[in-house]
Amino acid sequence: MNIYDIVFYLFGAVTVISAFFVVTSRNIIYSAFYLLFTFFGVAGLYILLGADFVAIVQLIVYVGGILILLLFGVMLTNKITNVNIKTGTLQIIPAGIAVIAFLYLLITTLLKTGWKTINNPADIPSTQKLGMLLITQYAVVFELLGIILLIALIGAASMARK
Amino acid sequence: MTHIGLNHFLVISSILFCLGIFGIVTRKNAVMVLMGIELILNSANINFIAFARYGNFGFQGQLIALFVIVLAAAEAAIALAIVLNIYKTFSNINVDEIDKLRD
Repeated sequence: MNIYDIVFYLFGAVTVISAFFVVTSRNIIYSAFYLLFTFFGVAGLYILLGADFVAIVQLIVYVGGILILLLFGVMLTNKITNVNIKTGTLQIIPAGIAVIAFLYLLITTLLKTGWKTINNPADIPSTQKLGMLLITQYAVVFELLGIILLIALIGAASMARK
Repeated sequence: MTHIGLNHFLVISSILFCLGIFGIVTRKNAVMVLMGIELILNSANINFIAFARYGNFGFQGQLIALFVIVLAAAEAAIALAIVLNIYKTFSNINVDEIDKLRD
C-alpha cells in the first residue's frame, strides 16, 4: 500500500462521508458547509487523476462561487430571526431503498464490465495542453460557453431584481 | 489489496451520484435540491476525468469536465434567481407545497 493508495482512500472517505452528511443533515447551513468538504475531496481526486488545472478550477468556481451562491440562497430564503434553519424531509425509507438498490446495480455493473484501461502517465502540468485545445479544436465551444455564461448572468440578475 | 485503478474512482462517483439522487428526492428545501444536483454533476466530472486518465482520449475528458463546471455555475445562478422569486411569491421554498404556476 503506497502513498497514492492512502491519499486516494483519504480523499475518497472525505468525499463520501461529507456527501452523506450533506444529504442527511437536518440543518441546511450544516449541509452547505459539508458540501465544502465534498468539493475539496473531489478536487483531491482530480489531482490524483492527474488533472491539476481542473482541480484548481473546481476549487475556485465551486468553493469560491457556487457554494457562496448557495449560502446566499439559504440566507435570503429564510427568516433571519429563525435561528435554526431546519428542512423537512419526505419519504426517506422508500427513497433510501430505491437508491441503495440502484447503487448496488451500478457498482455490480461497473465491476463486471471489463474496462480496457491503459495507464496514461499523468501529464502535469496540463494547463498548456488544455489551453491549446481550447483555442484550436474547441474554440467554438469555448466561445459558446462564454455567451451562455453571459446570458445566464444577465437572466439571473434581471429575474432576481424585480 | 489491489492497486488503485479505474474501478475505485467509478465506485466513488457512483456513491456520490446515488447520494445526490437521495438528496434530491427526499429534501423539501429547493436549495437542498440544488445541492443534490451539484453532487451529481461532481460525480459525472469524476467519471469524465477518470476515463480521461485511464482511457485513450487525451485531454478531452478534462475539457468536458471544465465545460460541466462552467455550466454548473450558470445553472446555480439561474436556479437561485428562480428560488428567490418563488420565495417572494409563496414565502417558502418547499418544493412539495409549490404546485401553482401563478397565484
